[in-house]
Amino acid sequence: MTFTPFTNTGLHIINLMERLGRAGIFLCTSCLRIITPPYKLSPIIKQIHFIGARSLFLIIISGLFIGMVVALQFYDALVRLGSVAMLGAAVGLVLVRELGPLLTALVIIGRAGSSICAEIAIMRNENQIDALDCMAIDPYRYIIVPRFIGAIICIPILSCVFIVVGIFGGYFVGCVLFGVSPGSYFGGMFDAVLWRDILMSVIKAMAFATITIWVATVKGFYLHLDPTAFGSEGVSKVTTQAVVVSSVSVFFADYIISSIIL
Amino acid sequence: MADKQTKIEIAVGFFMIVGLASISYIAIQLGDLQVLGQKSYIINARFTSSSGLRSGAFIEAAGVRVGTVDSIVFDPEEYQSIVYLAIDEDVPIHEDAVASIRTAGIIGDKFIKITPGGGEYLQPGEEIFETEPSINLEELISKYIFETEK
Amino acid sequence: MSDDKQQNYAINIKNMTSHYGSVKVLDDINLSIEPREIMVVMGHSGSGKSTLFRHILGLKQPTSGSIEVLGKDLTKLDKKGLYSLRKNIGVAFQNGALFSSLNVLENVELPLREHTELDDNTIRIMTRMKLEQMNLADYEELMPSELSGGMLKRAGLARAVVMDPKLLFFDEPSAGLDPVTSAELDQLILQLRDALNMTIVIVTHELESAFSVADRITVMDRGQQIMTGSKEEVKASTDTRIVNMLARKARDEEIDGDAYLDRLMEAQRVK
Repeated sequence: MTFTPFTNTGLHIINLMERLGRAGIFLCTSCLRIITPPYKLSPIIKQIHFIGARSLFLIIISGLFIGMVVALQFYDALVRLGSVAMLGAAVGLVLVRELGPLLTALVIIGRAGSSICAEIAIMRNENQIDALDCMAIDPYRYIIVPRFIGAIICIPILSCVFIVVGIFGGYFVGCVLFGVSPGSYFGGMFDAVLWRDILMSVIKAMAFATITIWVATVKGFYLHLDPTAFGSEGVSKVTTQAVVVSSVSVFFADYIISSIIL
Repeated sequence: MADKQTKIEIAVGFFMIVGLASISYIAIQLGDLQVLGQKSYIINARFTSSSGLRSGAFIEAAGVRVGTVDSIVFDPEEYQSIVYLAIDEDVPIHEDAVASIRTAGIIGDKFIKITPGGGEYLQPGEEIFETEPSINLEELISKYIFETEK
Repeated sequence: MSDDKQQNYAINIKNMTSHYGSVKVLDDINLSIEPREIMVVMGHSGSGKSTLFRHILGLKQPTSGSIEVLGKDLTKLDKKGLYSLRKNIGVAFQNGALFSSLNVLENVELPLREHTELDDNTIRIMTRMKLEQMNLADYEELMPSELSGGMLKRAGLARAVVMDPKLLFFDEPSAGLDPVTSAELDQLILQLRDALNMTIVIVTHELESAFSVADRITVMDRGQQIMTGSKEEVKASTDTRIVNMLARKARDEEIDGDAYLDRLMEAQRVK
């Protein structure tokens, strides 16, 4: 009896290993299916529509306000240092390096990741995935692949939109409201942002896209293997888990990628 | 049916256009993507210290950007830093021009300032002999104090 | 035709045992189903009938024993072989398992689209034929969420037979349906067998529908195959478990948690 805590810890570790392994194999299988034919375009278009086009407005609004608030904060801070000319550089760097990819990923996790997870979990719950298997249609190819490709295409693009809209949001606050000269705003920004920063931004967006869609699909796909998740309650549980796990993983990956590149 | 499909396609098309516009804005404006393929030639300059200078830093002449730092190499014999400068092809540099490492503002990036001289123009691969190294910390602080007193 | 009788079985299961983890869920199952036969597998929830179903479809591998489906040994097939075999098998799931993002027509034509090179028109015609057979012709534009339970099952059935399979599985055809709808569905199953010459395996816990369609019945209880025989043989059986089961039929649904839940969900869907 005294061994119970140890046994429990051991069981938890084994359980965790099992889940990680399963998720890893899932990712490998999905990637394999992505690179091998047949390729089908129309389901991918559908996912680009769902993940990308339908998030566009949300991303534009978020980008605008984030750009505005970043400019506001930096303006206030830079006024104290007497270097308001750095506003453009500060806004540009912060948006390109950090906020663009990160907040885009978070918005997409909330909007598309959660619903993709719930959708797949419901498919699992209602035997739709078994039905696919029985119809000799590969569930990975039919369900997972279009969503992976859709996310990996859409999130970097949305991140770019976010950055550009954010820059103009910052321009509005900095130049129109506070009277910073547009030349110094844009000039300082164009001089400060280097290719390296943009590369970092793109790498981050791709990595976040992979994490987001991976966690969302794997959580839904293996709903039936989670003994604590059952029925519609199970769907809501794995969806919550997917949002939490992918957000935290994105923050973690953000730090790792930044520290590797910088 | 067909209507729904067309709507999706229009939305995706719109998304792609906005996306492409953003990507090209970032690439061209922020990333200084040389769409026309600006050609440059390389000359080098020796500094006793190039502290804080990084490859990709700007080279300015009379306040105008005329090139970027291509690479920085340490010379163990002379214990100096050799900086290779990629200068835009249409900008000639005089042989006794002065290359000095400066800082943009107080805490800004280091860049190289070229002060014009006279005489012959440098050919690709040749060297600028007159250089001024990075401004050291004390100078930076005195500059800061001086500016705040004003 | 009958030199080697094994070749003629649509399904031939020998000494099959299966485990979930360390729990034995199926114990020494022997079952042979002939072509054009309607076999009903009966038992309460937890009797192992659903597991048997998953085994025959190759969704789960047995611990020991062999399963032959349409002359192919499932335990020896790789994924490709399994997939090519499954193109000859239709499966209708309990609640239809239709894809909620596609309408009825798109759902039913999905296997044709995925597995054949037919052009759109031919696919449409073939799909409409099957929908007509299932009395769903007027509902092809509806989304699955707009259908009643009976319609969902019929749409699932239409999708299962759209490729004209040799073998059809039907999971709980009458669960959650009122007696009239259920009887209609039974009629449909009989028609299908006659029209398409299919071997049909039905898994159910409801006695009436079982007896109305079955050629032979297999009774399962707690992972064991109690008996396999004609309707008369099952009715005449003196095995206490079967007698109990037959006698209990009125209370069956109240006890069966699955069926009760299904019914609740059904009621909500109708609302």
